[in-house]
Amino acid sequence: MSRSEIRQSAEPVTDWATDFDHARSEYNENAPEIWAQLRTECPIAHTDRYGGAWLPVRHADVSQIAYDTEHFTSEDVVVKWVRPESSRPIGGAPPITSDPPFHREARRLILPAFSPEKVAALEPEIRQFCRQLIENIGNVDVVDAADQYAKHIPAAVIAQMLDLPVEDGDKFRDFVHTALESISEDQEVRQLGFQKLDEYLDLRITERSQNLGEDLLSFLLQAKIYDRQLSPEHVRGTVALLLIAGIDTTWSAIGASLLHLATHPKDLARLVAEPELIPTAIEEFLRAYAPVTMARVVAKDVEIGGCPMKQGDWVLLPFPAANRDPQVFENADEVIIDREVNRHAAFGLGIHRCIGSNLARLVMRVAIEEFIAKFPEFAVADSTQVTWSVGQVRGPRRLPVRVIRRA
Amino acid sequence: MLLRINQEKCQGHNRCHAIAPELVNIDDYGNAHEREDGVVPPGLEVKARLAAANCPEFAIDITE
Ligand code: HEM
Ligand code: SF4
Repeated sequence: MSRSEIRQSAEPVTDWATDFDHARSEYNENAPEIWAQLRTECPIAHTDRYGGAWLPVRHADVSQIAYDTEHFTSEDVVVKWVRPESSRPIGGAPPITSDPPFHREARRLILPAFSPEKVAALEPEIRQFCRQLIENIGNVDVVDAADQYAKHIPAAVIAQMLDLPVEDGDKFRDFVHTALESISEDQEVRQLGFQKLDEYLDLRITERSQNLGEDLLSFLLQAKIYDRQLSPEHVRGTVALLLIAGIDTTWSAIGASLLHLATHPKDLARLVAEPELIPTAIEEFLRAYAPVTMARVVAKDVEIGGCPMKQGDWVLLPFPAANRDPQVFENADEVIIDREVNRHAAFGLGIHRCIGSNLARLVMRVAIEEFIAKFPEFAVADSTQVTWSVGQVRGPRRLPVRVIRRA
Repeated sequence: MLLRINQEKCQGHNRCHAIAPELVNIDDYGNAHEREDGVVPPGLEVKARLAAANCPEFAIDITE
């Protein structure tokens, strides 16, 4: 890959249908409008950037690709300039990078730790953590609901599950940045970031092997697939996945929900008055502001929606765009917090359905409950100060809100 | 009314259980299973229909 190729990613996009770039800031800033335009003009967009990538925006195409593990591999799920190294069927971060049949084994290993009952046990601690954060913010007029609040919660939760120090939250967020946000940065810088992540995890894994406990990391160190202990790379890859998959996804989901409430005073007042509606509202926030776009690599040439996808092409899976498809959702671009029929795909479709979905819903609910209980009225302080993430995880990164009333 | 969960399609999104815990159980792997052979007790028809209408994988079938 040459320098000029990296720089090409910095070229502004003039046509989203033929030259899209999801890693430019204007993509996440304007995503719903871009999807709406593509839906009518060119529902499977293409770009020559990244060595060639497709962007389907209709629910039907996104789900067809998600279900088709024969023509599409998960060996790499983050579109970038570097081509994936062939690592099928395990991949670098099982199970998200794994394909059948291995995928099922790697997935079943960790599913029980994320069952609804298992995660429910974490609720009191999550609530306590949210309350502490709010208390630490203090009696100020303007609170950054993303940077001072949402961002800290998921890192603390996953640290607790893995029994890693909560103080390492900043480190985890650096790792997330390396893996997900720095896709158009210099390859050497990214490499250095990954090296730091590996070093950190190797150290923790070595320590833990000598001092096993009841946590998820200890569990992985003792787990077996096909009657054999997991390789050190598998353990490291899965722990890296849990750190990376759980943090800025949930942080984005909480932030986007709070941004909605900060701009829709009627919805905020209704949730304050009817907190039992919060779980339904959360499904709607997950639909309309779904934070996660995944990706696949074409494993065998195939035609989707009339587009010839060639082996090695990248394909983005924008579940957030599928969630706004008017073919599937009535008034798809409207946020209706008591929407009763809501088949959204925020946690994916098919065999890779998010393992952390029960946990993510719990964390979102507690985070929103605590925030609106303390701040029953708030509004965006200055909309020019609101910033969005860059890359496949979409959510607000700066979200200063003015507290109008506190409880 | 009968509620049937297609085990080939169910991926454990847990929407059905959140809506109608009276009608479905979730196993350790997140997959849903109908209670009482899928027979929907009187009064729970609306919940059964909502559970089916919210399943992202179209895994739930309702027959009258
Ligand atoms: C609102 C927050 C979250 C969203 C929107 C989200 C979304 C997703 C999506 C769309 C996938 C599908 C990947 C694919 O099709 O390739 C996925 C997979 C996954 N997620 Fe999440 N996620 C969230 C939070 C979490 C949390 C908190 C955890 C755990 C700590 C987690 C762990 C995983 C894992 C392990 C997978 C891989 C599953 C597999 O490949 O079988 N996620 N997530
Ligand atoms: S909502 Fe659908 S996919 Fe999810 S657990 Fe129920 S039946 Fe399975």
